[in-house]
Amino acid sequence: MASKGNSATIVFALVVTTLSAALLAAAATLLKPAQDENILKEKQQNILSLVGLNGPDDYKKFDALVQSMVIDQDGQIVPGAAAMSLDLALEKKLSTKDPKYKVRYPMYVYKDPKGRTTYLLQTSGVGLWGPIWGYLALDEDGNTLRSAIFDHKGETPGLGAEINTDAFEHQFINKKVLNDQGQFVSVKVEKGKHDASMPHAVDAISGGTITSNGVSKMLEEDLASYLKYIRQQAPQTSPL
Amino acid sequence: MSEVAVQNPIEKKPLIGKKERKLLTDPLSDNNPVTIQVLGICSSLAVTTQMKPTMVMALSVTAVVALSNFVISLMRNAIPPRIRIIVQLTVVSVLVILVDQALKAYMYDISKQLSVFVGLIITNCIVMGRLEAYAMGNKPFPSLLDGLGNGFGYGFVILTVAFFRELLGSGKIFGFKVIPDAMYEAGYVNNGLMMIPAGALFVVACFIWIQRSFAKHLEEKE
Repeated sequence: MASKGNSATIVFALVVTTLSAALLAAAATLLKPAQDENILKEKQQNILSLVGLNGPDDYKKFDALVQSMVIDQDGQIVPGAAAMSLDLALEKKLSTKDPKYKVRYPMYVYKDPKGRTTYLLQTSGVGLWGPIWGYLALDEDGNTLRSAIFDHKGETPGLGAEINTDAFEHQFINKKVLNDQGQFVSVKVEKGKHDASMPHAVDAISGGTITSNGVSKMLEEDLASYLKYIRQQAPQTSPL
Repeated sequence: MSEVAVQNPIEKKPLIGKKERKLLTDPLSDNNPVTIQVLGICSSLAVTTQMKPTMVMALSVTAVVALSNFVISLMRNAIPPRIRIIVQLTVVSVLVILVDQALKAYMYDISKQLSVFVGLIITNCIVMGRLEAYAMGNKPFPSLLDGLGNGFGYGFVILTVAFFRELLGSGKIFGFKVIPDAMYEAGYVNNGLMMIPAGALFVVACFIWIQRSFAKHLEEKE
């Protein structure tokens, strides 16, 4: 390794970085379709697992099992929009930039063999370090949560990242989003001990307060919009 | 770093001669990157709760060490000394990103389990350690073997750790239940310590203890 001049060093660095960049760009382009398919498959499996469809091949029948639709934040159906490819995080970001922008929400309706409807909803928000999101199953009464799944991009392991554990998610089962007067109160993630007698709250995560608050906030925002639509479908549960 | 590293293999020999075999087998025991050189400990604590992701991690690290050793060795006479480390880092990063992208495309579940630790192969001291200690001063083929040997040495240790952690921590091996339900009914409980990173420290320590009691020459002289 003889010592070399500055120009040789710069040329070498340029060649190495250009080759590296070309190689990575090619790999990213080639592998993108397979990666996208994995992400889509995971999303479909997540949504189906809300109603207990956990079979390894259930996602292949996704379109037959659930009816997909897109609604806006006023509860109106948006015709012609594809639910699966809708990026809820992006929609919500657009609405913070432009207050007049109407957030579009993907929604999936599942009818079990007995004819009972479950609304499968998506929610999206921010935790401490980055995006958090979730999927919720809401009973046809427009009030009772049947199950919930959360996930995150990069919350702190052991703290905020605990939102994707069963221990946290199972707390949401059978929680109510409406109070006794039928008004929307959402489900809050709060400090303290909560049990079945407190239908509108679940335990927050110690050390994960900002992530917990993020979950509360996204549930409140997104459930409110979904309920505008769901209440039209089930007027008997809506005294308002 | 190691005695072997400074010697050049003698030419005009069969493809895998005695020297070459030593390059492959030495890191498995006498010069193991984890238990002797004590490198890459961080990831061996993090990814070893189950054997399946551990296996993928071992293969990923092996691929990165072997290929980066090979590439750097090919370029070793052209690399300007002043940007040597940055060039090494670039090569390692490119390989790690390729591995990460491939896992995301073809082994999505496992790549989610390994999460950031695939990306953190870049910071695994074994990789940079082998580049500096071996690839910068040796020909491409022996460098490739050195990389493979060190990758296997790393993989051997983390798989052993994962074997005990998965067996004692969740009663499974490669995800298959091996401890019968009758045992649990009789009062057997999984060891929760094995599920947390501290459990790996105990297993690695026992590994080093047993290894050194067999190979006395590895003990440091007082």
